[in-house]
Amino acid sequence: MAAKVDYKVIVGLEIHVHLAAKTKMFCGCELAYGGTPNSRTCPVCIGMPGSLPVMNKHAYECAVLTAMALNCSIARFTKWDRKSYYYPDLPKNYQISQYDLPLSENGFIEIPLEDGSIKRVGIIRAHLEEDAGKNNHELGSFSAIDLNRAGAPLLEIVTAPDMNHPAEVRQMAQELQRIVRYLGVSEGDMQKGHMRFEPNVNLHIYKDGQTYKTPICEIKNLNSFRAIERSVAYEIQRQLEEFLETGKTMQMGNKRTYGWDDVNQMTVLQREKEEAHDYRYFPEPDLVPVEMDDVWFEQIRSRLGELPLQKQKRFVTDYGLSDYDAAVVTGDKATADYFDAVVKAGAEPKRACNLITQIGQKLANQSNTSVDQLDISPQNLAKLAQMADKGLISATAAASIYAKMPGTDTNPEDIAKAENLIQTSDTGAIEALVNEVLAENAEAVQDIITNSKKAQKAQGFLTGQVIKKSKGKANPKVVTELLAKRLSELAPKE
Amino acid sequence: MTDHLTVFKLKQDIAAGRVKSRDITQAILDRISRYDSAIGAYLSVFADKALEQAKAVDDKIAAGQPVGPLAGVPIAIKDNLCYTEGLTTCGSKILGNFKPPYNAHVVEKLLAADAVILGKTNLDEFAMGSSTENSGLQKTVNPWDKTRVPGGSSGGSAAAVAAGLCCAALGSDTGGSIRQPASFCGIVGLKPTYGRVSRYGLVAYGSSLDQIGPMTTCVKDAAILLQVLAGHDERDSTSVNTETAAVPDYLNALEQAVTGLKIAYVPQFIEQAEAPVRDAVKAALELYKSLGASLVEVRMPHFDYSIAAYYVIATAEASSNLARFDGCHYGYRSPSARDYVEVYSKSRAEGFGAEVKRRIMLGTFALSSGYYDAYYLKALKVRNLIRKDFTEAFAKADCLMMPVAPSTAFKIGEKTSDPLQMYLADIYTIAVNLAGVPGISIPCGFDSNRLPVGLQIIGPTFSEDKLLRIAAMFESKTDYHLQKPAL
Repeated sequence: MAAKVDYKVIVGLEIHVHLAAKTKMFCGCELAYGGTPNSRTCPVCIGMPGSLPVMNKHAYECAVLTAMALNCSIARFTKWDRKSYYYPDLPKNYQISQYDLPLSENGFIEIPLEDGSIKRVGIIRAHLEEDAGKNNHELGSFSAIDLNRAGAPLLEIVTAPDMNHPAEVRQMAQELQRIVRYLGVSEGDMQKGHMRFEPNVNLHIYKDGQTYKTPICEIKNLNSFRAIERSVAYEIQRQLEEFLETGKTMQMGNKRTYGWDDVNQMTVLQREKEEAHDYRYFPEPDLVPVEMDDVWFEQIRSRLGELPLQKQKRFVTDYGLSDYDAAVVTGDKATADYFDAVVKAGAEPKRACNLITQIGQKLANQSNTSVDQLDISPQNLAKLAQMADKGLISATAAASIYAKMPGTDTNPEDIAKAENLIQTSDTGAIEALVNEVLAENAEAVQDIITNSKKAQKAQGFLTGQVIKKSKGKANPKVVTELLAKRLSELAPKE
Repeated sequence: MTDHLTVFKLKQDIAAGRVKSRDITQAILDRISRYDSAIGAYLSVFADKALEQAKAVDDKIAAGQPVGPLAGVPIAIKDNLCYTEGLTTCGSKILGNFKPPYNAHVVEKLLAADAVILGKTNLDEFAMGSSTENSGLQKTVNPWDKTRVPGGSSGGSAAAVAAGLCCAALGSDTGGSIRQPASFCGIVGLKPTYGRVSRYGLVAYGSSLDQIGPMTTCVKDAAILLQVLAGHDERDSTSVNTETAAVPDYLNALEQAVTGLKIAYVPQFIEQAEAPVRDAVKAALELYKSLGASLVEVRMPHFDYSIAAYYVIATAEASSNLARFDGCHYGYRSPSARDYVEVYSKSRAEGFGAEVKRRIMLGTFALSSGYYDAYYLKALKVRNLIRKDFTEAFAKADCLMMPVAPSTAFKIGEKTSDPLQMYLADIYTIAVNLAGVPGISIPCGFDSNRLPVGLQIIGPTFSEDKLLRIAAMFESKTDYHLQKPAL
């Protein structure tokens, strides 16, 4: 067991987001996942001699939109640079990227933490570049290269080292995923490599009145949010133990690269020393600089819309949802917008949120779709919510009506009537039933009026009996009230 | 039939049915068979395909169908332009087996204009050189004196045009590679404004400098070809939008003299050339004067730095442009490579020639961390100053005249051992590429060995129409362009 020391965790992220454009960054090849190797290639993305890149304007706009959502300042003049290195999956042996004039800088992202507080993480820069292809070394005596991915538009985001806990790193990644999905700029699927996160982790250790900084480690191969959190947690522990054992601190050139081994749940050293890369950046002469005027800037900005966290906050402030409910219902934009529409159609927010996230979500999962795609108009769902609120139907009835609503465009009240699910609040009728039940269950009544240990249980039993007699249609609230009233009349006077 | 072959006359004869494209194509193919073994202008000849293209034009004409502006005219193209017929080698072993799956924009333009493409011409490897001696595949000689170089890098195209082995040719010019061989071979060579002609399908050497242009026997032919080649191409982001600079009618008013023509010149540039060049250029200026032009003496204070700046910028771009030739995806792969690093190192070591390697190393050095500011960035600053020199000169005159090269064609092997000496041969042409302005080389005399001398006329950006008119003024009063080498 290591000696107890004080330390602070420092984590920054390098993030790559695949933009969901229709075509690649600099040619007209279709962007898609998988497929026959090299089936989506052309002279440009294969790097044939004489071919020239042409900028995909839509991808550029997606990048700018994302940078706007990350509160970055957007460059009105930016250019492309060539980053040179030799690797078989990079057909030109240089990558078109952005070096000294990235399209955006100096932003921040706000992350809702589980305790309801908001964490702000700085964004140093976000720039566009083209992705490389993929090498396949699992074919035996040779390697194969698939260039389907080569030239895909990639947004590289570099955060400030502002995260101090493994969970924060995961939440940052999840919030970014929520943002890019809201904006529609990326599918944001980590398993498919739409988003790649590489945490840079080190510790500031406070010992004997001094601060020691451990060598920075970059973690690669993370393909789930869980892996992000666990790898950072593992790395913290590993660095702490290493420091206590060796006293090694951060120095020029001792940054290391670790890979996450998901099977053994540990980080594995990949590269000991940061190689002295000289990428020989210089301005890409085949492309012209990008100049953004006010008109274009505003056009892009108008597509920003309400961001997920804004929506989440609004649902708490304006609709009175709990932080938890607001986070759940704003998990994806379609659900959030549908919820918003149902509330605007007159539903009580908490009721609407429960219906959608509990019952609607289950129905959607069963038919492999999303809540908003169940073909239930917000107006009809709002009516359902109102019926439940007024006690016209029970919670169970609401669920079964919801299940019958998709694709029908029928007023839920009609369904309730047809299914005989309308609750009765007719006190006369219920009182008759209450009297019947009291007469039939003298023992339980006795338990209650003598206030025995069984009193509470007995009261619940009697309520259930009345509802049963009403065939589920008696409003439980009314039943409880009437039952309580009658029982108090029966109780012996003091 | 092949005497004084011009695009202008031939296209008229073919269109009028006086000459069959198939006959003239066959006649030129016969000349190639007869003479090219001694000249070495062509790396490949597509006889069957050319005859097929010629016949298609003849058939169209016979059927009364409309034909393009180069209908039936046999043209040669430099072998750094992608063409799906045959190979595109760039004069390099590393692309010795490379068959492009697509056509260069200019090739598409030629085909759409109903031209007949005879074959691909030799060049300095990847267009790096001034004598075509750097070709990794073949030697080309000057048709005027077979012991001399044709110039370069478009030496094959220049020799083919001069020897009547085609009607016209396409070259590319990064630092003088159209104009200098045109001068050495006694033909017309035009380097258009950077961005006038799409580079799509031109195997890049120095991307910010490369331009494709016509090499012809007369000014009018250059105008006809430029008309076909010029214009915006969305596949080349650096090709100029026609809204910014519309393509004019280059033939319109071509034969009208420019009235009140003002010619700028730098006396020292003319004086420092070798005597035969100096005298011919001086005589040319006198002739213009006699035609009513006035001469304006100007200074080009940063011109002397152009070679230094060029060999940083061009080689930096080249080191990156040529990185893709790695034996991995296409082209030559060393048979002895055992792993991927060796696929790179051996394929490149065996595939590239000495000059290409020299330039890759120069460029790699110039871009290296710690040197970038001192070399590349500095060169870009010089480039801006050179642009300014031209702008200032053009504020005072319509054009600038100077020699194309300090000498006439030199002997084969004369400069190969001294690369710096070879680089200096480009002293008059390089600044034009750095500034991105157009320049034309036209025949303006002969030296005592009967070697042609060229006059260079340089204009502001997108002034090709005026340049052609100025060139035509001289040509109409002289017969240098009509003289042919004895093969």
